[in-house]
Amino acid sequence: MNNINLTIDHIEVSVQPETTLLEAAKKLKIKIPTLCYHEDLCVAGNCRVCVVEQVGADRLLPSCATPVSEGMEILTNSLKVRNARKSVIDLLVSEHRADCTRCYKSEGCELQHLSSEYLIGEDSFIDLVPLKEYTIDYFSPSIIKDDSKCIRCQRCVRTCDQLQDIGALTVAYKGEEMKVSSFFEKPMYEVVCTNCGQCVNRCPTGALIERNYIDEVWTAINNPKKHLVVQTAPAVRVALGEALGMEAGLVVTGKMVAALRRLGFDSVLDTDFTADLTIIEEGNELLQRLKGALVDKNPDVNLPMTTSCSPGWIKYIEHMYPEMLPNVSTAKSPQQMFGALVKTYYANKIKVEPENIVSVSVMPCTAKKYEANRPEMHASGYKDVDLVLTTRELAKMIQQAGIDFEALENEEFDSFMGTSSGAAVIFGATGGVMEAALRTAYEVVTGREVPFDGLNITPVRGMEEVKEATIKIEDTLPEWSFLEGAELKTCVAHGLANAKKVMDKVRSGEASYHFIEVMACPGGCLGGGGQPIPTNAEIRAQRSKAIYEEDAGKPIRKSHDNPEVIKLYEEFLKEPLGHKSHELLHTSYVERNRY
Amino acid sequence: MSKKNLKRLDLIFKNENDGEVILVKTMARPTHDLINDLIISGLKGRGGAGYPTGLKWKLASEAEGDMKYVICNADEGEPGTFKDREILTQVPHKVLIGMAVCAKIIGAHEGYIYLRGEYKFLLPSLNEMIDDFHVLMNKIGFDFRVKIFLGSGAYICGEESALFESMEGYRGEPRNKPPYPTNSGYRKMPTVINNVETLAHTYSIFKYGPEKFKDLGVQDSRGSKVFSVSGDTPNPGIYELEFGMSVKKFVDDFGDGDAKAVQVGGASGFCVPRKKFDKTKIGYQGKLTGVSLPTGGSMMIFNSSRSMYNVLHNYLDFFVEESCGQCTPCRVGTQQLLLGIEAVKKGERSSEYLDRLLGLAENMRVTAKCGLGQSVANSFSSIVENFKEEMIY
Ligand SMILES: Cc1cc2nc3c(=O)[nH]c(=O)nc-3n(C[C@H](O)[C@H](O)[C@H](O)COP(=O)(O)O)c2cc1C
Ligand code: SF4
Ligand code: SF4
Ligand code: SF4
Ligand code: SF4
Ligand code: FES
Repeated sequence: MNNINLTIDHIEVSVQPETTLLEAAKKLKIKIPTLCYHEDLCVAGNCRVCVVEQVGADRLLPSCATPVSEGMEILTNSLKVRNARKSVIDLLVSEHRADCTRCYKSEGCELQHLSSEYLIGEDSFIDLVPLKEYTIDYFSPSIIKDDSKCIRCQRCVRTCDQLQDIGALTVAYKGEEMKVSSFFEKPMYEVVCTNCGQCVNRCPTGALIERNYIDEVWTAINNPKKHLVVQTAPAVRVALGEALGMEAGLVVTGKMVAALRRLGFDSVLDTDFTADLTIIEEGNELLQRLKGALVDKNPDVNLPMTTSCSPGWIKYIEHMYPEMLPNVSTAKSPQQMFGALVKTYYANKIKVEPENIVSVSVMPCTAKKYEANRPEMHASGYKDVDLVLTTRELAKMIQQAGIDFEALENEEFDSFMGTSSGAAVIFGATGGVMEAALRTAYEVVTGREVPFDGLNITPVRGMEEVKEATIKIEDTLPEWSFLEGAELKTCVAHGLANAKKVMDKVRSGEASYHFIEVMACPGGCLGGGGQPIPTNAEIRAQRSKAIYEEDAGKPIRKSHDNPEVIKLYEEFLKEPLGHKSHELLHTSYVERNRY
Repeated sequence: MSKKNLKRLDLIFKNENDGEVILVKTMARPTHDLINDLIISGLKGRGGAGYPTGLKWKLASEAEGDMKYVICNADEGEPGTFKDREILTQVPHKVLIGMAVCAKIIGAHEGYIYLRGEYKFLLPSLNEMIDDFHVLMNKIGFDFRVKIFLGSGAYICGEESALFESMEGYRGEPRNKPPYPTNSGYRKMPTVINNVETLAHTYSIFKYGPEKFKDLGVQDSRGSKVFSVSGDTPNPGIYELEFGMSVKKFVDDFGDGDAKAVQVGGASGFCVPRKKFDKTKIGYQGKLTGVSLPTGGSMMIFNSSRSMYNVLHNYLDFFVEESCGQCTPCRVGTQQLLLGIEAVKKGERSSEYLDRLLGLAENMRVTAKCGLGQSVANSFSSIVENFKEEMIY
């Protein structure tokens, strides 16, 4: 199709049909303010802050929602536009509990930014806040929803609906009472919300934020009786820099470790270690299930097996597909395996009483906060993980401590439980767990490395919504001969909307897989709900690139080669899926309501 | 007391039993002839926006889609308006035949009547009518079925795109335009949506030819129009009158002798003060008529005992509640206008604040997402500007 020609602020531009005015302006590096618009979501066109003037037209046009047409003359900064925009911002502020100095979102708030850019002053409209009742929902361990800070842009609603296909958040009422709500206005804690935090990542204001545990962590750090152990998830190290002013896609592992020591953590350890451990447990569970199904013909064995490291996914399946819970691997997530080991094996090793250990994790994820609070997660006899911080909270602590992050010298994780393989690193990207598991399982079965160049199982990499890969198993070791010639069918989905597609196919019998990886968040953990804001496809691609670079550069690439994991089995666990593993590293699930 | 200066017309409500004949005759004609007739007649939508009906059908006939739909908008939510109810009670077959012809022209096989929830009592008679209509469709061998969709009661669901959302099972929130319904309407398919009265008029046009319709009214506003007359009038009710009359003539006919203002087009319409009665004509905005367009055809007369502050207050109360709430200018703007006039009245804000509010209303007009928010300025500005003292003292 022919390009469309138009002018924006008197500059000519030629773009594809269907391009929006906002996109066309972006091409000319003209910035039009937006609030309800988000690159990851369908267009809503409800905030009206992005309006522009078309010469000759009476009404203004929402640039995010208006496609270009031939010969348009667009003005983005005329007096009419400025007045209208200012009026819109002014109105939003008038119904907003604008207490920025006490607001958690103060630093990254889009409304505050626009309000200051447009010099919204004292002589504003009537303050509507005292005239209304607002609800603040503090009940969830993961997310706080504060309606008094909500600008009704519905980004959260679209996120939960479009990316996650859950619809935990909806719009209720109309007119002055219109608000973002949940099923029967129940607290988020009681509804189908998976705590994934994707809505938090996209909320432009402080209306949806993570529940932060920063002060609790500082208090613990400053308690001389406590030994502070911290673990950091794979996706944190490729994104933390963003929250501290660095560009996207930088691996900052060494600086992060240094910063954690400076903050006062006594043991700075790595969740990647238990990511490797997860692979051993989960990989063996898969092989055991395959054997049960293929050799023993045991009807109680459930295939396909799905991964279990994403707590958003776990809560989702508990709500939406409870009949398929037996298909979920019983292996705990790396965070919780770590927590269980810290207060048992590790405590013993460093000769500290478990009750004196405070186990902190830094996660790209808000659902991990919920996971740590699940009643099942007391395998050590204590709360296995005491406090969970997001990447954003860690960045905040680093700022509070006055650390010049970029200037830090790289440091190494402590040992024991600080060593990991490249397979663990890629847990942070969609397809990573699958790739890590295949690297190990294939080798266990055949005694040879997976037949992919440089161990890079590219079919499961990338941002495609659903990825499928079939691995043919040949020349097995004698004890695995029942798998000779078998085709291992795998599937990878990220974002719960995609997971739903896969699960529906599995349930209806349309698709048959052996192993399915699901991550609740788009792009996997690197796009998690606790990661730096903003997020978009480009930023996620940068983080992903960083992850695979880190993997490629690791001396150890396969989980079963991790010397610390090998030692852990020798000294403590004895064997995969053994007695100790079951006690500490595996868990069970519960059925939940569907609203 | 009515002086009956104005000619009462009987185009719409005349009960004609020649539906089948007209339908067969019309269906036999080439579609472009039919579209031409509609365009020549000058018929414009009676639901508010006044879009030329012939052009709308033409666009939908040219649009591509796996399915196409004809929808009759019978949501009639404007307070004080009940003309569509009357049409559906007295001459529903005209509406159905209009829909059938439209279906043939655009290539639709499914039609819906989106019926205001409060009109549920019409269901038995309408369904009976539709059954007969289906028999007729079978008889003439045209594959077209009509169903009734009962509305949920929100005023905004009368707005066409919100109506589609509501029919699709979503919350009734207006969509962005473009795309327009003729390209992407119900289920994102090409759709003609017309007001009840518009469809009934097409029947007369196909029956009598476009000229007879065109002879009525004035340039830009052709034909007759059904008005719901209310307020300070000895003769409230439904009247079919010729387009293009001046407000003065109307008031002479329907007023109680003491009219100080007429609200043309209900809450989203304009307030015409006595001094402008003469100059203002009833019709779509155009070169000849100059001012005003009736939405649902509501004409409300206020005599000198009325407080225009209260009138405006009522309208704003209505908007504050009936805004769907999705877009900023309308959701918050309506509240600010309401609280603003209260604050001025109470003396909490100076009278200059009214100018600020007029500016806000204008900004709402140019930025709001749909007709509701865009038209709040109509009543607000015309009342505040013409009755400023009543706002302050
Ligand atoms: C807030 C709002 C409410 C509306 N309500 C109605 C209604 O009740 N009935 C109606 O026919 N049109 C209503 N409309 C106009 C419709 O959107 C649409 O323009 C009309 O149905 C088109 O039909 P017409 O071309 O025959 O007028 C409303 C518009 C707005 C903005
Ligand atoms: S959400 Fe934004 S504008 Fe509102 S109080 Fe917080 S920082 Fe300020
Ligand atoms: S946290 Fe996730 S599941 Fe919960 S409301 Fe937000 S997007 Fe939906
Ligand atoms: S909670 Fe946040 S994202 Fe959701 S509507 Fe309110 S401001 Fe927008
Ligand atoms: S103008 Fe009002 S009714 Fe229309 S979309 Fe906006 S908020 Fe909803
Ligand atoms: S950003 Fe365009 S309307 Fe909100």
